[in-house]
Amino acid sequence: MKMQINSVVSPASREVVSRKAELKREALKLRARNLSLQLAVFVVLTGSWQFLSSNKIIDPFFFSSPFDIVKHIWTWAVNGTTAGPLWLQFWVTFEETILSFILGGVFGIIFGYALGVNELLSVILGPYIKMINAIPRVVLVPIFILWFGLGMPSKVASGLVLTFFIVFFNAFQGVREVDRNLVNNARLLGASKGQLARHVIIPSALTWILSSLHSSFGFALIGAVVGEFIGATHGLGYLIAQSQGAFDTTGVFAGMLILSVTALIADWGVSKLEKRFIAWRYVRK
Amino acid sequence: MSALETVYQANTQTEPAMIELKGISKEFVKPSGDVHSVLQGINLQIPKGEFVSIVGPTGCGKSTTLSLIAGFEPPTQGKVYISGQKLEGTNQRAACVFQTENAFPWKTVMDNVSLGLRLRGKNKAEANDEARKWIARVGLKDFEGHYPSQLSGGMRKRVALAQCLIVQPEILLMDEPFSALDVHTRHLMEDELLRIWEETSASVFFITHDLEEAIALSDRVIVLTAGPGARVKGDYRIDLPRPRNVAEISFDPAFMRIHQQIWQDLRDEVIISYENANKFSS
Ligand SMILES: Nc1ncnc2c1ncn2[C@@H]1O[C@H](COP(=O)(O)OP(=O)(O)OP(=O)(O)O)[C@@H](O)[C@H]1O
Ligand SMILES: [Mg+2]
Repeated sequence: MKMQINSVVSPASREVVSRKAELKREALKLRARNLSLQLAVFVVLTGSWQFLSSNKIIDPFFFSSPFDIVKHIWTWAVNGTTAGPLWLQFWVTFEETILSFILGGVFGIIFGYALGVNELLSVILGPYIKMINAIPRVVLVPIFILWFGLGMPSKVASGLVLTFFIVFFNAFQGVREVDRNLVNNARLLGASKGQLARHVIIPSALTWILSSLHSSFGFALIGAVVGEFIGATHGLGYLIAQSQGAFDTTGVFAGMLILSVTALIADWGVSKLEKRFIAWRYVRK
Repeated sequence: MSALETVYQANTQTEPAMIELKGISKEFVKPSGDVHSVLQGINLQIPKGEFVSIVGPTGCGKSTTLSLIAGFEPPTQGKVYISGQKLEGTNQRAACVFQTENAFPWKTVMDNVSLGLRLRGKNKAEANDEARKWIARVGLKDFEGHYPSQLSGGMRKRVALAQCLIVQPEILLMDEPFSALDVHTRHLMEDELLRIWEETSASVFFITHDLEEAIALSDRVIVLTAGPGARVKGDYRIDLPRPRNVAEISFDPAFMRIHQQIWQDLRDEVIISYENANKFSS
């Protein structure tokens, strides 16, 4: 009897194991394929850019070339820039971005939550918020520079107004979209106002908020760079503006490259955050 | 009139009914501005520990009645009393299995089931111990760490049941809790529900489309008329002996007799409801 069971079970479990390994192999293969395709796109784009530029088919003065850009960044890193060492420029921009991202996010969540749960408040303030949101916020940047000067505060303010509205609208929507049944259920089970927020409204709105953080980091960066572009003494935006003033296209591209890498890394970080906070959406059997 | 046919008389005990609806009407304002009357002049008493089912054509106002008892919204007219006290706001003595979804998608089965105790201030270890018992009781022992999205519809309904029962409510509200289950699972869960209910003294307000289910489970079946302006059409006592076996009770001749009587009432209302729907749509 026992023999029989064993002989039935073990091939089956062996099959499960081999099946699992096969699935894993398939997933790995898929990843390798995607990665190599991404790499291929990179090689083709930079390769043809380099080719066109070195053969003077496009004017290197206006279009620069990948090789020159990397060399330029290297020179900046080793010899420093016109505004001081490269890491300092990067750090200034990064600090402004992070600050405005955090402040914009926090204010956005607080206001979005408050208006989402309070009907009266949202009715009263609704039109004003729509009005402010309709203003192209980039035009505020010069005003901020007048108000707060050339230093960090004006850049943070610029990034803040850009991020605030994205997070605000998403938080507001997230709170509004909470399932009425779930709210009712928590109330019946004895939730107080605070518990309701903690166990139901915030977790439910978090999906919306976190997805808004993806785009809002980009906007925080835009705010900081535009601010530096218009009036500053440090930062990557300032560096780009300087290069542009000297007709140094390679410098402009070099600054852009550093910015986009920064944005890429930040996006990866936010994705990690998202996976951690809304794990329940990602678990599958 | 046989005992079965008699319209149920509110018992004249001195103790107030667990749930009492007195002259309840409920109206909604339609987007067009017209008033849509859902319930009209509902009077109902449900004593402590009674299992009451409510049947009626779709859209007649069963879920609306439930939400009035739960205190999710106030009646337009009339009052709801719970143990003789007028109900204001959410009914803290009730728990509810909803027609759609109870489980919080961001909580595991364990956290979903223990939530009621945690909200009432129990510490985590105690709440989890208690929850483990209830999870086992509804047959989800190996799924404590799963999220609702990883469960089947039937399993989620069991989570809902455990989530409600763990707080030992005096009133258990159930809105078509088993309608999405296959017949076999459904009978198992119905039996389990009856067993748990017999241990407690909860009053159950059970909504269903299925007359057989209503009769098999209940002490009393209430038939609502077709909307708009639904009223109580019939109120039947079910004197079948307990404990009952849900799967087999429908072969009982007494069961069939009751079924026939109530069905006559219900069928008329279903036909009216169907005709109304056609009239409005054409
Ligand atoms: N919030 C609301 N606003 C407007 N009308 C509503 C609202 N809730 C319910 N109704 C209306 O009240 C009527 C009764 O709805 P209810 O959900 O109580 O029906 P029901 O008897 O539970 O139906 P079913 O058996 O299909 O679940 C319906 O006609 C519905 O359109
Ligand atoms: Mg309903």
